[in-house]
Amino acid sequence: MGERVWVVPQLRDGRLTRAAWEAVAAAQRLAAALGDGGEAGAGARAEAVLLGSGLDGVAQELAGRDLAAVHVADHPALATYTPGAWIGVLAPAIAAARPGFVVFPHTYQTVDFAPRLAQQTGAGLLPEVTGFSPPAPAPAGAAAEVGAPAGAAAAPAGNGVATAAAGLVWTRPVLGGKLQSRVRVRGAGTVLVSVQSGSFPADGVAPAPAGAAAVVEALAVDPEQARPDREVLGYEQVTAQQVDLTKADVIVAVGRGVGGADKLGPVEELARALGAEIGASRPVIDSGWLPRERQIGSSGQTVSPRLYVAAGISGAIQHLVGMKGSSVIVAINKDPSAPIFTVADYGLVGDLHELVPALTAAVKAAKG
Amino acid sequence: MKIAISIKQVPNSEARLRLSRDGKWLDEEDLPFIVNESDEYALEEGLRLAERTGGEVVVFSLGPERVREALRKALAVGAARAVHLADLAFAGGDALATGRALAAALAREAAAPAAGGGPGGTPFDLVLTGSQSDDAGFGATGSVIAGHLGWPHVWLVMGVELEPGDGPPRSAKVTREMESGINEVSRVRLPAVLEIQAGINHPRYASLKGIMQAKKKEIAVWTAADLGLEPAQVGAAGSRLEVLSVAFPAAGKGAQMIEGDAKTAAAALVARLRQDARVL
Repeated sequence: MGERVWVVPQLRDGRLTRAAWEAVAAAQRLAAALGDGGEAGAGARAEAVLLGSGLDGVAQELAGRDLAAVHVADHPALATYTPGAWIGVLAPAIAAARPGFVVFPHTYQTVDFAPRLAQQTGAGLLPEVTGFSPPAPAPAGAAAEVGAPAGAAAAPAGNGVATAAAGLVWTRPVLGGKLQSRVRVRGAGTVLVSVQSGSFPADGVAPAPAGAAAVVEALAVDPEQARPDREVLGYEQVTAQQVDLTKADVIVAVGRGVGGADKLGPVEELARALGAEIGASRPVIDSGWLPRERQIGSSGQTVSPRLYVAAGISGAIQHLVGMKGSSVIVAINKDPSAPIFTVADYGLVGDLHELVPALTAAVKAAKG
Repeated sequence: MKIAISIKQVPNSEARLRLSRDGKWLDEEDLPFIVNESDEYALEEGLRLAERTGGEVVVFSLGPERVREALRKALAVGAARAVHLADLAFAGGDALATGRALAAALAREAAAPAAGGGPGGTPFDLVLTGSQSDDAGFGATGSVIAGHLGWPHVWLVMGVELEPGDGPPRSAKVTREMESGINEVSRVRLPAVLEIQAGINHPRYASLKGIMQAKKKEIAVWTAADLGLEPAQVGAAGSRLEVLSVAFPAAGKGAQMIEGDAKTAAAALVARLRQDARVL
């Protein structure tokens, strides 16, 4: 029998975010992969779980996708996100339904509450995945896999039962994307999975087959359990967004590799030659070399210019999600194994203090 | 206030990295380790809050012998005591297993009699951790600790403002970073666990005096048994996740790598940007 796959999409201002749709796409693929292993049934279609207040429109939008059900926790107590309220709804729901997987978008909100949800429900936690390989066709293979440490039988909730889920191999970045790790989940019981932005394209969400819209049903909310554990006082804009990098046609972005605020001159000259805006990765901002309004990445701006030149940026995943939609990416880095080269179109390995001035000269020469 | 800081040692990713023989992690021989970046900011934030309230900082770290260097460094910048969770059983744990061990250690430290030999221990008012480790990157340890202690937590904290009252502060105004340049501001009751984002402050350097004093400060060493934990509850045995292998991402998978000295490479790049990519 297939395992149930849930997805908890995230809303912003009452609407589904792109990250939410990507999580739906991931859950659909996961459910299909697990359903294939056994008889078609509960496991073959994912189910969505929505939390918030005033969710009718969003629930209907989701019902039009290839999902078995949309469980809607719609309650005034959920008008504002807090970990306490979210866990107070999800923990009892997971305990009652025991889904095999609960899929989340890997957002700051998810990282805020999912680890504690795992701790409270005894679920496994598998954050920031970028992909998975379906189980091998022979179901016995998973159980026979060797190499499990001697203590594996004592894993929490582990009962040694081979399931399709046990055969899945997941990939996730470690060491800021310098390494790709392949991991497996041991033991039985729910696993909370969050999917890295851009890994499961949102346009891959399958619509509901004709006449098979998802069932929309209410998920009970007990306000005694769904209690905020922080008193949200308000939200504030970090910087008056004076520099709108999202509209820039060309961006020259610098990373820690530039070495200091006093070494930015040649980079600024290159930007002038290209008619570019200057951007930066987070370490440059945290070091105070450039103002925060120039930060590109998950906690800064998300950009997609025609040309993006990354100088001295190693390419931590938090940076890559903010710029990998650029049309043409040039990476300059002294480390040939820097992850930035995995998203670049053109790569130059070497000292940026030599390469950047050379590039400025070549651009000027070409432009006459 | 009595403040606990949990820190982790991580490989210096700027160093030359080689995979271990079994392909499951890095070869740690000759690999330099540093204190995880956001943990440095958590330590600094804890020291500032302790100084402001006349309190003390106790620093915790789980790991092999080498983490004593990180603890010693924390003592040198002003932590009063350190606790080293050292047990082979702790090795290879995911954030849930490691958080379980750290929560047990916090409870034990809080219950221990004060140095003066007082009857009961002093509870912690605050636990600070970095928001995320630079190696495994779960961003979970602090929240898991909070779950075990039954305290509120906030992840990705960009500001902490203690709210004064009669006696020690019982709440704090906490700023949490959200996506797209928006921050959430909330009131959190204490004790709480706050997971600190890099960049919240400017970590101090150790003074020579501090380094000398650190040599005299205590580093307690606790095993799983000391914490009342079974080996099966911690480390790899207590973890659901198992790493099968790690690999370097295919470098320049889609990228055309342009070779040559700076001048040649720059000219070749500009030519391609004009002719092939048509972006110049």
